[in-house]
Amino acid sequence: MLHEPAVRQEKDNASDWKAKLGIKLFWLYCIIYMGFVGVAVFAPNLMKTPVLAGTNLAIVYGLVLIVFAVLLGLVYNHVCTKKENEMSSKQEDK
Amino acid sequence: MNYIASPIAITIFLAFVGLVLGMSFFFARKAKSAEGYFAAGGSIHWFVNGIAFAGDYLSAASFLGICGMIAIYGFDGFLYSIGYLAGWIVALFVVAEPMKRLGKYTFTDALDAKFNSKGIQLMAAISTLAVSLFYLIPQMVGAGVLVTPLLGLPHWVGVIMVGAIVITIVATAGMTSTTYVQFLKGGLLIIFSAVISVLVLKDGLTMEPRSETFIPQTIEASSVTAIATKEYHGKTFIKVVDNEVANWWIVQGDQLQEAQSKTSTASGDTLYNGAPKADNKFKAVGYLTSLTDEEGTEIVKTGKVNIFEYFSFLDRSEIVRYPKSEIAKLEDEGDQVQIFCPVVTKGSDLLVPGQYFSTQTFVGKLNFISLMLALFCGTASLPHILIRYYTVPSQRDARKSTIVAIAAIGFFYVLTLFLGFGAMTHGVIDLESGNMSAPLLAKGFGIVLFSIISAIAFATVLGTVSGLIVAASGAVAHDLMDNFFSIKMTDTQKVKAGKTSAVVVGILAIILGIAFKGMNVSFLVGWAFAVAASANLPSIIMLLFWKKTTAKGIAWSIGVGMVAALGIILSSPKMYAQYGLDPLSALHTLDNPGIISIPISFIVLVVVSLMTQKENEGLEDIR
Repeated sequence: MLHEPAVRQEKDNASDWKAKLGIKLFWLYCIIYMGFVGVAVFAPNLMKTPVLAGTNLAIVYGLVLIVFAVLLGLVYNHVCTKKENEMSSKQEDK
Repeated sequence: MNYIASPIAITIFLAFVGLVLGMSFFFARKAKSAEGYFAAGGSIHWFVNGIAFAGDYLSAASFLGICGMIAIYGFDGFLYSIGYLAGWIVALFVVAEPMKRLGKYTFTDALDAKFNSKGIQLMAAISTLAVSLFYLIPQMVGAGVLVTPLLGLPHWVGVIMVGAIVITIVATAGMTSTTYVQFLKGGLLIIFSAVISVLVLKDGLTMEPRSETFIPQTIEASSVTAIATKEYHGKTFIKVVDNEVANWWIVQGDQLQEAQSKTSTASGDTLYNGAPKADNKFKAVGYLTSLTDEEGTEIVKTGKVNIFEYFSFLDRSEIVRYPKSEIAKLEDEGDQVQIFCPVVTKGSDLLVPGQYFSTQTFVGKLNFISLMLALFCGTASLPHILIRYYTVPSQRDARKSTIVAIAAIGFFYVLTLFLGFGAMTHGVIDLESGNMSAPLLAKGFGIVLFSIISAIAFATVLGTVSGLIVAASGAVAHDLMDNFFSIKMTDTQKVKAGKTSAVVVGILAIILGIAFKGMNVSFLVGWAFAVAASANLPSIIMLLFWKKTTAKGIAWSIGVGMVAALGIILSSPKMYAQYGLDPLSALHTLDNPGIISIPISFIVLVVVSLMTQKENEGLEDIR
């Protein structure tokens, strides 16, 4: 049984580079996420501290985790697209 | 609460169902080949796919469950929003592109791309079925919850209705119609949730409750005659007859506070505050008892507020809530009585974790970490999410659609705060169904908005259930019949096998949806995530990042991870309560299995792979 993709895909020369970048960004987000879980579990009272316009740390941290995920995704896509174009034009030059 | 169906609600609902079914029949011609049926021909635009991701992912658990949990327990419900969204980071940075590169129709294809192993095909298919069924239960429960207020029909009718519509959607046009149903409902859900959130901020917070909200009276104990007195967990309740209606009051020193009650009589009737449901004596709850400005001066209402002002005022308020833990359960002359007791909670305590997931004890900390771990790892392991990577043309499209999904889902999750806290403070919560909080909040803003939101919520269930059934039918027809059993089938026969599987899984989902009525839908989805994260994620990660991973290592890891997660869940205190047993007699105290079952799955994969290294000789590295 073949396991080829549903449609034919162009060759991706940047996949190794993207995978490495992905792992780095994953760990960056993971650390910030673990920070949230850590504070909630080990210093729950800290979560009540007002940090932004009277809004407490729990809400602000939660919102930051959501907004940061979107921003990180946009940056990742921008950098990856640039690299893909760069790599494929190099390939064409050869 | 007594729900009466409105003609507007029925019209909007029927229009939605008609639209969805019309789309399915329109796309039916595209589902003639296996590629068309299981992967929409790989031709979906990345933006459509991204919103369809959101439509697939923002299930009844998100809209009904999270909002309902925030409405009753505050911030703890938002933990699901944070965890579910964080899981997309794993999907984007680790899983999306390799899954697209390696797979064909199902995630089993990707796992098996290097090995062509019967063990992987079997275990991954079983895991897909187990996770999809676990995920289907809360969706079907949610469907039943919705039709009662929307159409005035019983829970089981809603479950059967969803089952029948979804079977039609999937059996006619497979992944193509599923995609467009999900796109439509994902987009509408986000837009209308934003509309309600804006209305919540426009209203602000107020000490003046709505006329429909239950505000308990307080009277002198000496002014009435008790016909029964009962004790429950240190509280005293007395039964008083007024105008030939018997209801319960909570004793507070020499005062009595009026309570709401539900009585299942020995003769089989159900009474609400001592009267039949149709008498409308059972009211919605939730209101503020204190509201202050920045200087600490009591105010009556805030007026229009911005996001930060909203949380700041909420932080300084006090709110009357009715958590499930405060329901007194009594027996009175053969009748089973539930008395709903109010709790006044400071806003500052509701805006931090702790009302539902206590982290005060060691087990509480473990449960909390376990839940957050399962939510983080679960998204990228859900088969019905992973198959959506095969509906776009390229890896680049897979990445872009994931980012669209993160933006859309993240925006919706921010809104859950306003939907949940809005319901908590607007006096709209149904004591019998926290899951209905968001639609009932919409009802507070008018019947048209309520009808639209309920129809969207119903479509939400349709979209997610369709995705789950496509994933499950792919596991049966493609992974098991085609690959594992090597049954020789033509392309048309494969499509037929997929459609037949969809019908069978749909019927199973209906049965489970009726059996699990009454459980919080978000909590159930938390378990589906734990099973997915335990069974699938270790294999996906290790296949991509550890070249010594073997086929046997993957198969064993999936099997052991799934059994460990299911075993811990089925013997947990929450399940004991579902069986009707004493939760304290459960085999252990862990409600969320991830912290144990995910590491076990990783360890099994490493150990078995190291023991079976010879099998990898001559295999090509696919990373």
